[in-house]
Amino acid sequence: MYYDSLIFEISNKGRVGYSLPKSEFKSYNIPKNLLRSTEANLPEVSELEAVRHYTNVSTKNFGVEKGFYPLGSCTMKYNPKINQDISNMSQFSLHPYAPMKSIQGILEIYYETQRILSELSGLHTFSLNPYAGAHGELAGLMIMRKYHMDRNDTKRTKVIVPDSAHGTNPASATVAGLISVEVKSNLDGTVNIESLKELLNDEIAGIMLTNPNTAGVFEKDILEIAKLVHDIGGLLYYDGANLNPILGLARPGDMGFDIMHINLHKTFSTPHGGGGPGSGPVGVVESLVKYLPSPVIKKQGEKYIIEDSNETSIGQVSHFYGNIGVVTKAYTYLLTVGKENMANIGRYSVLNANYIKESLKDDYLLPIKGICKHEFVFDGLIDKSHHVTTLDVAKRLLDYDVHPPTVYFPLTFKESLMIEPPETESKATIDDFIEVMRTVAEEARVTPDLVKGAPYNTVVKRLDEATAARKPIVKYSDLLK
Amino acid sequence: MFKFLPHTEADIKEMLEVIGVDNIDDLFAEIPSELMGLDLDLPKSHSELEIYQRFNELAAKNKELIPFIGAGAYDHYTPSVIRHLIERQEFLTAYTPYQPEISQGTLQYIFEYQSLICELTGLDVSNASMYDGSTATAEAMFMATAARKRKSILVSRTVNPNIIKVVETYALYRNLKVEYVNAINGITDIEDFKTKNSKDYAGIIVQNPNYYGIIEDYSAYREILDETKGIFIMNHDPSTLGILKSPAEYGVDIAVGDGQPLGIPLQFGGPYIGYLATTTKLMRKMPGRICGVTKDTEGKRAFVLTLQAREQHIRREKANSNICSNQSLIALFVTIYLAIMGKKGLIEAQTNSYNATHYLFDEVTKLPKFNKVFDHEFFKDVAIKTELDHEVINNKLYEEGILGPLHLGKYDEKMNNVLLFSATEKRTKAEIDKLVKILEAL
Repeated sequence: MYYDSLIFEISNKGRVGYSLPKSEFKSYNIPKNLLRSTEANLPEVSELEAVRHYTNVSTKNFGVEKGFYPLGSCTMKYNPKINQDISNMSQFSLHPYAPMKSIQGILEIYYETQRILSELSGLHTFSLNPYAGAHGELAGLMIMRKYHMDRNDTKRTKVIVPDSAHGTNPASATVAGLISVEVKSNLDGTVNIESLKELLNDEIAGIMLTNPNTAGVFEKDILEIAKLVHDIGGLLYYDGANLNPILGLARPGDMGFDIMHINLHKTFSTPHGGGGPGSGPVGVVESLVKYLPSPVIKKQGEKYIIEDSNETSIGQVSHFYGNIGVVTKAYTYLLTVGKENMANIGRYSVLNANYIKESLKDDYLLPIKGICKHEFVFDGLIDKSHHVTTLDVAKRLLDYDVHPPTVYFPLTFKESLMIEPPETESKATIDDFIEVMRTVAEEARVTPDLVKGAPYNTVVKRLDEATAARKPIVKYSDLLK
Repeated sequence: MFKFLPHTEADIKEMLEVIGVDNIDDLFAEIPSELMGLDLDLPKSHSELEIYQRFNELAAKNKELIPFIGAGAYDHYTPSVIRHLIERQEFLTAYTPYQPEISQGTLQYIFEYQSLICELTGLDVSNASMYDGSTATAEAMFMATAARKRKSILVSRTVNPNIIKVVETYALYRNLKVEYVNAINGITDIEDFKTKNSKDYAGIIVQNPNYYGIIEDYSAYREILDETKGIFIMNHDPSTLGILKSPAEYGVDIAVGDGQPLGIPLQFGGPYIGYLATTTKLMRKMPGRICGVTKDTEGKRAFVLTLQAREQHIRREKANSNICSNQSLIALFVTIYLAIMGKKGLIEAQTNSYNATHYLFDEVTKLPKFNKVFDHEFFKDVAIKTELDHEVINNKLYEEGILGPLHLGKYDEKMNNVLLFSATEKRTKAEIDKLVKILEAL
């Protein structure tokens, strides 16, 4: 019971968990009118109490090193330990205002990482300043808007987003001052060319696509789509969430995309950190380089320099230069994988996904037949007569020590169960997963209530999410009321 | 074979048989052939030993200096336990806690983090974190303009210019207007604020301690804003909130800031963390994730993401913010920092920083070529003017292993002879005396 406590609940007046050197300076006094009148109720715990508390808190989580984590569109691959060791080197933890001559190593990491990203994506230059995927998207759409604004093409206020797109796509469009218009998908989730043609006119700033899309299907007509959009004066934005399957095999730049972002925490293993810190580098074709967010890091002869580009660019989107500590991890990963192995990342992730898809299609409804890329979607169980939902299946998987796939996304299917098995997963792990999925399907037929009541083996059972939203308790002191 | 790819030839063969294709390349048949067949200019694959060689070589191109600079990134002490705890794989390798039954670890620390931010700011509710203090400030502007349905915002000129730049970028593309309130002798000109304040503006953004390190007294602001129903946004260094009057005590509606001074290593500017806290009234306008308490089917206390109807994955184009991933692991960092430092340690670290900066100021301004600039109380940044050239000063300090002060002329021509120094609890008297001695010899 003790270990279910909050840090505040194990606090004891007077206890400390820190040590600081005795101050060598005389005391200067802050004027009374500037001081707080009530003290902040921070915890008072010993060092071991804090360590034991957070160690126990951690055991209530499921991580990639515990078991299979086939969360669709999130690319939950193994996060190499060496990424951490390198990123923790004190020589890289310098002040952001340190003079350029003292930070050439850091700037080289930044520059080289963006160069490799450019090579892998077929775009000219990247800025690593954005902090996350959605932040890179926002910067990218600002670039799209700035490009049109600079040409006094003020009519272009709309951006086309497929109905299967991640929620950040339309949300980023709004924040960038654009209006998103939805284009219909074909049954396989690809863009319906006829619907697209109807939307294309001189009010279109561009289109946002994920390729392969969220159903794991590659847009085979991408070259035609690119031509159609470019012909009416629009730009193409590539959401890098699904870059993993084509890494080193095909490049967004070659497909005709003008702007893109990459999620370093997904494709380049940095890791996910429970929801950040990520990194969302934004890349562009040569004609748009001047719009990349300020400041920019460049190579001048043999030296690396930082340049303020606020005058020509979209402006600044981060206080300093982004999540450099995350960039260092991505660079470590890129060097580890190297040219020899890069293309196999996509190949083996696609192999894994198709193997699962074919192995489970007799139990789970496969709405999009044929070859997928790194992920695919089941529309729930085939046998729906027992009313066992995707949510029930997901909860039952918890009992088998499997992280459930992404559920109820994409929105284009009612019972979406989106499975992405990264390349780092072995056939043995995947075979276990297939077995578990078949078992759950069998349970849904024979003992449906068992599945509907899951999970049973987790630290908490199913939660009442509705009450939490109706009467929000959002901090410790709310619990004391 | 490669260490991150476990597939044997036999595995591949069996898997392809199940799929019903002859080789892996058949799985890419629909990709137009003109897009395939790349020969990329990539580095060769590095073994671990070669990785260390490469990064040691890169590390040797950096120089570690003793910082006497802050201006938004402070060299505070980091207790050892934090790194060990946040690198536990359960925290490090998980993603967004969408499956709460196996994410109680992440959800619990988010709840503790929110509670701690509320304790420090005095406000009702905090979200699960933002990218950094500058984007948190911009998002606070979005909250205010949406809540008041007004298209303009006032920003004090005593706010850090980099934060201002980010706010300007976010405002520009969302068709919002930023108007400035002048600074006078290092603080916000309250008369200028009174003159400009009107119902055209959703509110005002101020900073405390401000860009110059000055602790501004914002006691009169709430009343002025009430006349126009304006929203009071304060960017506040959270590390100083064990000591200084809290945003809630000033009547602030939205408190934001960068959590970096809570022991987060400098890391050349990131990852840091933005915090954002507000009142119950504005809770549903908040960006980002919020964790709440609920019960499971057996009545046991549990944590869950709540009020998700505000967020992009539900509201899509109608969402007021596009944030998805935030800085979750850094929220855990901050939580453990505040638990370890606790009620007493946070105050002690900051009091020592305050005293060290004041000692630095006293000693430096005793030198004939260095003088005070402002007459206001400061915390751990302080402006000092000098007739000497800033490059001469900083080059000399660099030779002696010291990272010198920020040249304020970088962002403001009128401040061309002003330097912004800073000291934290990590600076010893010997280090400060050395700094003073070098300056004295110039």
